[in-house]
Amino acid sequence: MPTVSVKRDLLFQALGRTYTDEEFDELCFEFGLELDEITSEKEIISKEQGNEKAEGASDVILYKIDVPANRYDLLCLEGLVRGLQVFKERIKAPVYKRVMPNGEIQKLIVTEETAKIRPYAVAAVLRNIKFTKDRYDSFIELQEKLHQNICRKRALVAIGTHDLDTLSGPFTYTAKRPSDIKFKPLNKTKEYTACELMNIYKTDNHLKHYLHIIENKPLYPIIYDSNGVVLSMPPIINGNHSKITVNTRNVFIECTGTDFTKAKIVLDIIVTMFSEYCENQFTVEAAEVVFPNGKSHTFPELTYRKEMVRAELINKKVGIRETPENIAKLLTRMFLKSEVIGDGNQIEIEIPPTRADVIHACDIVEDAAIAYGYNNIQMALPKTYTIANQCSQEDIADKLGLDISATNAVHISNPKTAEFQVARTTLLPGILKTIAANRKMPLPLKLFEISDIVVKDSSRDVGARNYRHLCAVYYNKNPGFEIIHGLLDRIMQLLDVPPGEKKRGYMIKTSEGPAFFPGRCAEVFARGQSIGKLGVLHPDVITKFELNMPCSALEINIEPFL
Amino acid sequence: MADGPVAEALLRRLEAGDGGLDSAELAAELGVEHQAVVGAVKSLQALGEIIEAELRSTKHWELTSEGQEIDREGSHEARVFHSVPPEGLPQSELMRLPSGKVGFSKAMSNKWIRVDKSAADGPRVFRAVDSVEDEVQRRLQLVRSGQAEKLGEKERSELKKRKLLTEVGSWRDRPFKSYNFSARGVLPDSGHLHPLLKVRTQFRQIFLEMGFTEMPTDNFIESSFWNFDALFQPQQHPARDQHDTFFLKDPAEALQLPMDYVHRVKRIHSHGGYGSQGYKYNWKLEEARKNLLRTHTTAASARALYRLAQKKPFTPAKYFSIDRVFRNETLDATHLAEFHQIEGVVADHGLTLGHLMGVLREFFTKLGITQLRFKPAYNPYTEPSMEVFSYHQGLKKWVEVGNSGVFRPEMLLPMGLPEKVSVIAWGLSLERPTMIKYNINNIRELVGHKVNLQMVYNSPLCRLDVEQGSPQTQETR
Repeated sequence: MPTVSVKRDLLFQALGRTYTDEEFDELCFEFGLELDEITSEKEIISKEQGNEKAEGASDVILYKIDVPANRYDLLCLEGLVRGLQVFKERIKAPVYKRVMPNGEIQKLIVTEETAKIRPYAVAAVLRNIKFTKDRYDSFIELQEKLHQNICRKRALVAIGTHDLDTLSGPFTYTAKRPSDIKFKPLNKTKEYTACELMNIYKTDNHLKHYLHIIENKPLYPIIYDSNGVVLSMPPIINGNHSKITVNTRNVFIECTGTDFTKAKIVLDIIVTMFSEYCENQFTVEAAEVVFPNGKSHTFPELTYRKEMVRAELINKKVGIRETPENIAKLLTRMFLKSEVIGDGNQIEIEIPPTRADVIHACDIVEDAAIAYGYNNIQMALPKTYTIANQCSQEDIADKLGLDISATNAVHISNPKTAEFQVARTTLLPGILKTIAANRKMPLPLKLFEISDIVVKDSSRDVGARNYRHLCAVYYNKNPGFEIIHGLLDRIMQLLDVPPGEKKRGYMIKTSEGPAFFPGRCAEVFARGQSIGKLGVLHPDVITKFELNMPCSALEINIEPFL
Repeated sequence: MADGPVAEALLRRLEAGDGGLDSAELAAELGVEHQAVVGAVKSLQALGEIIEAELRSTKHWELTSEGQEIDREGSHEARVFHSVPPEGLPQSELMRLPSGKVGFSKAMSNKWIRVDKSAADGPRVFRAVDSVEDEVQRRLQLVRSGQAEKLGEKERSELKKRKLLTEVGSWRDRPFKSYNFSARGVLPDSGHLHPLLKVRTQFRQIFLEMGFTEMPTDNFIESSFWNFDALFQPQQHPARDQHDTFFLKDPAEALQLPMDYVHRVKRIHSHGGYGSQGYKYNWKLEEARKNLLRTHTTAASARALYRLAQKKPFTPAKYFSIDRVFRNETLDATHLAEFHQIEGVVADHGLTLGHLMGVLREFFTKLGITQLRFKPAYNPYTEPSMEVFSYHQGLKKWVEVGNSGVFRPEMLLPMGLPEKVSVIAWGLSLERPTMIKYNINNIRELVGHKVNLQMVYNSPLCRLDVEQGSPQTQETR
């Protein structure tokens, strides 16, 4: 869940009123947000780096607000405020408009070299925008939030924003050999080749995470203006030349990526959020993107989609009884402008470009429920009549005759630690480790575990399966084989498996195993199949687990008895 | 030390004599309570190998009132013998004597007397010997004089059988050192269930009481298809990242997938359908085939719902599961790479959000949680989604206790479930309520080999609907 950090006072100013922390927390809860933390820059620095470093840092109060992962329209102060104001019916949802420029439209020409690495690009212009320090910071922060979330750490989409007045179109989006790319990157004072940059950024705590996206490709994506000035080398870095500042008035935005849908959503979000500060509020100047096939598209799309939902469906899905008019009002509060049409039961809902998360009627149902207030919904018990069954009766026929001792371990490709490279095929090591960690406990230690182990099995759809195992260990000054043996006898007694070689019975036979002391190991047979072993553990095994007493153990597969 | 002087006297006498001392005699000699001597012996024993002591018990026998009579007047059989004159006595007359009945048969079996049944006036009793030794009387006299030990075990038990002798509860009236009731008793030998097992049992019980059927969850290894794609979780979703999920090297890919269904899933992701816009991206089968350690038991729920969808006509169902799941988490005091997920699912016609809340209220009430609040939330595969919060009395705030929602139509319809069927579901972890219940702050003490066995030994029974005792009473064990 992304967390958005906003200055409290700025937030209240934009909301046109103040709240106590509790009141604001309550509002968040109702709307599906979470006021995660109340802090300040100073507090954050002092927590992370100590009090000394925090000296002089700002102590303006910050609200850290958790936003649902699909609500990209709430990732900045502007969006949060707009969402809450509409929710509280203090403002009407603005209508976002795409306009054609008076002069020539800005063009971005995509060459076919990009096809193999990052084929999609979209662009737009924010004309006559007025930044302040706070607005500017929010603009940069929103791009960062989008990069981390919907853009999947820039792998799917990367955003570049530029001071249009320093550039001259048309722009070209192409891909070149890294050695052929040379420019002055953002916040550097000299030019570097792309190869050099990749080296420099290996130690950059922020940028090093994005290098892998293009590092091993023969060509790197790059955007030039008509004079050969580099706008950006997506998804790594922008050029320094077109860097935006608080004083920038006209912003050229380009988004490149591997996912066209997401690139369009990202562009829509940026322009809808910040067109608020344009001279013509909520209008965005179109840009044209010409694809290698010669076709051109105009962006941003800013599509408003209409959906029809019957009021009855919403009532039925939520479990409420509201009039169609009321439901339309509820939806309108959720930024989904709605009206009752047709026979009076049909609701027409307009999905704005900011709400890419609404893809099905069920998303509309949820918004109606949120606006109604989850905690106002009358609870009811479903009349679903069922008879409960416990899960233990599996068809065991196919399990008979399987050799459970085969250690066909399943391997993890990205293990977290050395201890966690395979799914366990036996329970014994876990118990021995537990004893080692509890050596202070009085003897004897008698431990058992009944859990699943995993082995490869090509007869299963995923190529692996679980077996339910039982393992028990007796750890004392004497090996205590008779105790472990007695435990086996008792288990079999309880499972109604009689001793003896008969078909239904169980028996143990001399055996050997690397974990056991020679001559002190037996294999357990039950109902005609081998189900495991018991015996006195080999001293080498005991020592390996940093234990120093003899011990005996039993491990059997209990699937045949389930 | 209260026993000091006695112990000293005891040691001196032991040193002087040989052959040991009798504690009772010593007590008599020293003029102290016997218990004082026993105390001295015990405390000397506790010091190590200073003295040896063995337990000797003495038994005390007493005559019953009948025994006392015999002691005075002789045994019944002797009395019978003496009442028979040389010329004999009619049996009927003999029987009227006080000792007649008992004495007659004993005297007969002792062959002291004989009966002549041919006498004219009925059976007549004659002496069979000239004189008798009254052994019974002699033995009783021995007991009376305190020499019961001179009798054999067999002889004593014979007398006891005849109710002439009783073994006196010699400790009945003796003084004893008082018990220290504030000391602990000796714990019986017993096994101990891990707290997670105890809490798990409670949850299973609750689901069964509510009519939920347990789903099979015996596959830790799952394909991305069932774990994500079937749940309408897009292939670029961050949860499908190496940083969040453990993928497998071997077996790296699922061998079989239900291809018909797979195609429907592919279509809904890439193009939409069933009234959905879809995610509009290039859905890849290779990605769906990737095997992983399941990240949630919802994968098992998806399989169960798919099986349910194949059954025609549709029958309503309530399912639950409690089993292990695996996440590539940063490990800390409250997070491990594996934990147990508890999940409940109801599938029926016309279920509403109100039904979901109603089921949750019943479920949590059975857990002893009554103050609930629902917060809008986002899950990729449920819509609407709600997080469940409960008011925590101790922390004085609302804490999240579970997550829930209505499964998206994009998940259910490709499976083949009827359009009017809704499926509501909720989930929570097993570890969190267990940690709260048993006041455990570090998950490593609860799960894995670093488990604190003392905690396992000490943990009380689990009753989720009853408020736990204060942490103080737990720690003092």
